[in-house]
Amino acid sequence: MSAFAGFVRKEVYHILRDKQTLWILLLMPLVQVLLFGYAVRTDVRDIRLALVDPAPGVASRALTQRFATSPRFQLIDVYRSPLPLDEAFRSGVVRQAVVLPADLDRALLGHAPVSVQLVSDASDPNTGSIMQAYATSILRRWHDERTGGNPGMRVALATRLRYNPTLESVNVFVPGLIAFVLTIISAMMTAISITREKETGTMEMLLVSPLRPWAIVAGKVAPYVLLGFLNVLLVLAAARLVFQMPLRGSVVLLLAECLLYILTSLALGMVISSRARTQRTAMIAALAGLLMPTLMLSGFIFPIDSMPEPLRLVSNIVPARWFLLIVRGIMVKGAGFAALWGETAVLAGITLLLLAVGARRLSVRLD
Amino acid sequence: MTPIAIEARELTRKFGDFTAVNAISFQVAQGEVFGFLGANGAGKTTAIRMLTGLLQPTAGSATVAGHDVVHEPEQVRRRIGYMSQRFSLYDDLTVRENITFYGGIYGLSTRDIVERMDALLARIGLEHARNELVGRIPLGWKQQLAFSVALLHEPAVLFLDEPTSGVDPITRRRFWEMMYETAAGGTAMLVTTHYLEEAEYCDRLSIMVEGAIAAMGTPSEVRRAFGADTLDDVFLRLTRPGAVA
Amino acid sequence: MTARHAGPAVEVRNLSKRFGNAQALDDVSCEIAAGELFGFIGPDGAGKTTLLRTLVTLLVPDRGHARVLGLDVVDDLWALRKTVGYMPGRFSLYPDLSALENLRFFASVFGTTVEKGRATIDPIWRQLEPFADRRAAALSGGMKQKLALSCALVHAPPILILDEPTTGVDAVSRREFWDLLTRLRSEGLTIVVSTPYMDEANRCDRVAFMQRGRLLLTDTPAAIVARYPRPLFAVRSPDRLALLRVLRDFPFAASAWPFGESVHYTDERTDVTPEDITRSLLAHATAAGLSGVSAEPITAGIEDAFMWHLARAEAA
Repeated sequence: MSAFAGFVRKEVYHILRDKQTLWILLLMPLVQVLLFGYAVRTDVRDIRLALVDPAPGVASRALTQRFATSPRFQLIDVYRSPLPLDEAFRSGVVRQAVVLPADLDRALLGHAPVSVQLVSDASDPNTGSIMQAYATSILRRWHDERTGGNPGMRVALATRLRYNPTLESVNVFVPGLIAFVLTIISAMMTAISITREKETGTMEMLLVSPLRPWAIVAGKVAPYVLLGFLNVLLVLAAARLVFQMPLRGSVVLLLAECLLYILTSLALGMVISSRARTQRTAMIAALAGLLMPTLMLSGFIFPIDSMPEPLRLVSNIVPARWFLLIVRGIMVKGAGFAALWGETAVLAGITLLLLAVGARRLSVRLD
Repeated sequence: MTPIAIEARELTRKFGDFTAVNAISFQVAQGEVFGFLGANGAGKTTAIRMLTGLLQPTAGSATVAGHDVVHEPEQVRRRIGYMSQRFSLYDDLTVRENITFYGGIYGLSTRDIVERMDALLARIGLEHARNELVGRIPLGWKQQLAFSVALLHEPAVLFLDEPTSGVDPITRRRFWEMMYETAAGGTAMLVTTHYLEEAEYCDRLSIMVEGAIAAMGTPSEVRRAFGADTLDDVFLRLTRPGAVA
Repeated sequence: MTARHAGPAVEVRNLSKRFGNAQALDDVSCEIAAGELFGFIGPDGAGKTTLLRTLVTLLVPDRGHARVLGLDVVDDLWALRKTVGYMPGRFSLYPDLSALENLRFFASVFGTTVEKGRATIDPIWRQLEPFADRRAAALSGGMKQKLALSCALVHAPPILILDEPTTGVDAVSRREFWDLLTRLRSEGLTIVVSTPYMDEANRCDRVAFMQRGRLLLTDTPAAIVARYPRPLFAVRSPDRLALLRVLRDFPFAASAWPFGESVHYTDERTDVTPEDITRSLLAHATAAGLSGVSAEPITAGIEDAFMWHLARAEAA
């Protein structure tokens, strides 16, 4: 068996025998997906809804009745004008409002397009979209009933989402989760694996052998590429099956970009471990240097656009930020490589830079 | 009759099915240097842990420095000193800071610490290094320092775990002379070592094999009992009964 | 095995190396012949590990050169790494791998297999075989030592470099280990060992004493002992501590050190017979109130010789 293959095999033994860490590495992403998905979602019953009906009539009363009797909604009030809405939304008394036009009956009778405004409080991104879906379906049925399902008639629903125009829904958490998971596994684990070798003293034996340093690092890193990939597949499967998350773009492109990001994280792991002498230092360096920026500055939780200028500049060098753009583009918008080549190039550039730095720091000796 | 500093009576310790220490009995008198020998895994460390009050015996008892290790472990620990192979001194603190720290742990007053520190440093010739980081001091002196610090609170019994490993032969002998002088002052000492020639420096010794004491007495008594020329040969005979010396 | 290199197996010329404030190696020079069992003897901090690490290409000296099997340790490092067998201090093994897995790994890393290396390591591996599937962490100190030796030897190197292979291991395992080394050397292997144990010096063909980065002397154990410059005496008394004090008080004492049950004594005077020395010693002891004192001349051992050179070096 070649030296390199023997080396990779040894690394696999280490990973498989550290059962505790292995379970954590495989289970943690799954648990997080489920936690985020379920726990973040609030109960969408009794949505507090207000109706704005400037000119009450038969049609509008029928609508009011529907909302009043629907178990999903709790009709708070019917206003004559939209003026009280601002305060009602701000204070949280109302989470959704249906604003009917003054000329509703005339429009319906005259077969003119009916413009109904649906305003939702989307500061909780999950419930925002769900509430909208419910309200929209009630409105549609009411409209069809009023117009006899005349296909020529349309309701133009002008929906307005307050407080969170970019709509960070659960679908968008998943890409962030992938970035987070890959960062942990690839960067931290490789850093720790290499420094552990230094700690047990076996690094000395390895250095004295004919194995070149790049081969040692590559051998250490290879099993984690596999592990990272496995995790990506697990997280994607869970998100699709459990949350019906869309995957509008090409799966192949998505997996390819994930591989690129795995490489980025591994390069980061290498750079960390070339300086650190103990596992503890490697772990702290990984946590401080990687996890926090990935969580805070990549757009995972907090939108980049809402960040102050200096932080926005810093986020440009956080690899996860580019990765998130790519993955969201593919999954949510169905974008192809043509649209994402720029971001991919940036990510690839960062990776090459990290690899170069790591390679230069690879010592052939103990000195 | 010299008072007894350490007495073990059928001291036993089991871990599940495994008997690490099997009903050992021995005595160490005040002012005696007692060698506690045995191969790795023979049970020495476990026995010492019981004698220092760190581990409860499964059966049997022991009295150290006048206190029972089972019922009064705290008092035992206050009356004993311990010096381990790894020196138990902080490399990143100075000599003075280390002494102050340990003095504080054993409840010495500031005045006592200062007095004893001055005397200690004068005796081993380290006054000039008072404010040096312990990590920078040569090995031989570090050892003497560790030994002296272990004696700072004037314990009745001193446990030494491989105190001279890795040092040159001259430093080792200087260390043993220090031990003799301390013993002459009445402190009992229990020493473990892998250097069997060092065992010859002890007043009496015991050799543990697989949890039990297989030989005990003065070095010449033990040698005679096994018809061997050196303690090395005795050891060989005990641990590898089939082997030829 | 690679073609035999003519000339010394190891050549060291004026090697110096400093770490921060400490001069780890100070102008060290020596030669080791092929097929020799050579020992570097000295306490911790003497520079043994630094020297051996330089020989196996892990460190670059500040000054001086070294060649192993004719290859320069700095310039020819990759060629050298293929040929040298090395066992670092602290037995570098993987604790969570079994004995056999460790062996297989190191075999593959050096471009061979356990089967091919079997012949070379057979006497060692035979003792380990019953524990082949046990995790390395669960092996006793003596077994770990033997496993580490097997891993270093499995690719049948022509030279074996061992850094304190017997430290922390019980006396019997140490003896067995040296039996193995002697046997390997009789099969033609060049072996370089470092150790703090004086008694192991006697089992080497030649030894070099090291202290504080310097070589004090290099020779066969027999020659070192034969060159002991003064008559040596073993003095006994029931009260060892008192005896030491008395001897050190003796105006003509050059050195007095405890050695087991006796004290080894040398005298400053070079113009008196050993009998005269004995007589004056006993007279002095009796006058000081000591009884039961005996003194007899003995041949120096290697430890006596080391201590003699050590004392002179420290006085210098």
